Amino acid sequence: MPTDEAPLLMARGVTKLYGHRIGCQDVTFDLHAGEVLAVVGESGSGKSTLLSVLSTRAEPSAGRIEYRMRDGVARDLFRLNEAERRLLLRTDWGFVHQDPREGLRMGISAGGNVGERLMAVGERHYGRIRETAIDWLGRVEIDESRIDDTPRAYSGGMRQRLQIARNLVTAPRLVFMDEPTGGLDVSVQARLLDLLRGLVADLGLAAIVVTHDLAVARLLSHRIMVMRHGRVIETGLTDQVLDDPREPYTQLLVASVLT
Amino acid sequence: MTAAAYNFAYLDEQTKRMIRRAILKAIAIPGYQVPFASREMPMPYGWGTGGVQVTASILGRDDVLKVIDQGSDDTTNAVSIRKFFQKTAGVATTTATAEATVIQTRHRIPETPLQAGQVLVYQVPIPEPLRFLEPRETETRKMHALAEYGLMHVKLYEDIARHGHIATTYAYPVMVAGRYLMDPSPTPKFDNPKMHRSAALQLFGAGREKRIYAVPPHTEVVSLDFEDHPFEVNRFEQPCALCGAEGVYLDEVVLDDRGGRMFVCSDTDHCETRQAAGHRGTMASPIAAGEGGRRAD
Repeated sequence: MPTDEAPLLMARGVTKLYGHRIGCQDVTFDLHAGEVLAVVGESGSGKSTLLSVLSTRAEPSAGRIEYRMRDGVARDLFRLNEAERRLLLRTDWGFVHQDPREGLRMGISAGGNVGERLMAVGERHYGRIRETAIDWLGRVEIDESRIDDTPRAYSGGMRQRLQIARNLVTAPRLVFMDEPTGGLDVSVQARLLDLLRGLVADLGLAAIVVTHDLAVARLLSHRIMVMRHGRVIETGLTDQVLDDPREPYTQLLVASVLT
Repeated sequence: MTAAAYNFAYLDEQTKRMIRRAILKAIAIPGYQVPFASREMPMPYGWGTGGVQVTASILGRDDVLKVIDQGSDDTTNAVSIRKFFQKTAGVATTTATAEATVIQTRHRIPETPLQAGQVLVYQVPIPEPLRFLEPRETETRKMHALAEYGLMHVKLYEDIARHGHIATTYAYPVMVAGRYLMDPSPTPKFDNPKMHRSAALQLFGAGREKRIYAVPPHTEVVSLDFEDHPFEVNRFEQPCALCGAEGVYLDEVVLDDRGGRMFVCSDTDHCETRQAAGHRGTMASPIAAGEGGRRAD
């Protein structure tokens, strides 16, 4: 794939300070199209801060983040004007929150939730919006008969799947996920992971997944970044890092997983 | 008679200047909500404090004022606002749409087409059409700034999904001059087409929310819809029971507790004018209603 050789997302020296406290410091990496990167670390290690900076929800204190737009031109994310950035957020990107209540409109039906992005980019045909919504509900294994129910009537696992459908409906190229399986019970987690893995592979999505759960990282990601105290301490292919961790902290993380 | 203690039309001249500036800005940017320093008025919020301030600011000594509430000239709100300006400005008042130069309205646009030179002032409770979809004012302002109006269609989508058709019947959202999404105030959607390219100037005042917006004459006002669910106005099965008018907005009046009801024009002036001209509906009294005592208040 010669056209895909330039990275989709390029982070250079990304730093976010809260006063003198460090959110994350000097994070540098490339993410290519179709690649899934897991960011792992314990609570307070800076992974969520990093995610909010990468997704332009917070401004970095230093560093540069470039994103290759659909026209192939890499643009500095913090030089985009607000209109361009918001358009990017609702078309080419997705953001899956840990708590689906943050990512969904709870008072609006599932169909409306999935259709919102389509309407935001100018779709004005009810029948087509509905058809697309039904198609996407099917792909995330939600029964068509639930299309007019609000997410309030959904279980936690269904809400999370609905949130994923809502994000993927505009065929984004990059999805940010913040603990996508957090707060779900184990069997539901397994199904969700299965589904996510299938969708990511089918659609050729690039994804940045923040998680403290190494099993999630192992199942979903190609590459992994281990963070501690706001810095990246180890990075590499997922199985390599998890099977043969170099840093003592990573070894500790891997060793703390119950088997 | 003008009460001596008041400035002309109640508000002081500086306040009127401030409001006129807001009005001019609103006219310059059709559909855009201009913030203004809304004053306390001698009536409660929700009774038209925004509309009254706009009217007070544009009223001149030669103006002829008409005030309607739900199309009617003789309900409490209409009567008290009309009296308010009689007392504080001493301007002539009328109930005849064609004779008025300024018409303050709550919830209706008169059936008689408005002419160039007339000003229609709306009383607006909630100026922000996106309010119930997005509670954050900072966010709705941004959405207006960037013309991100997909969310409004989500509301219409929900209507169709729930009811099979767009069930919003009043405060039906419109696009003004192809740019700003606007709440036409709680007028029935029946009146939306009258706003489109109207020859009259339309001003909207929201007192509690401190916003003024405007639709200048001959401006494009388009009701939102879907390609496969186009905008439609309310239709009525029968004509007005008093004057026999068709194609006008009707009020349902319950007559007894045995299911008796009648449908009559909501625009009382339109109905009376037609009756005076000899039009009769099925329930019109045999004695000519004609020029009643209403006009003399």
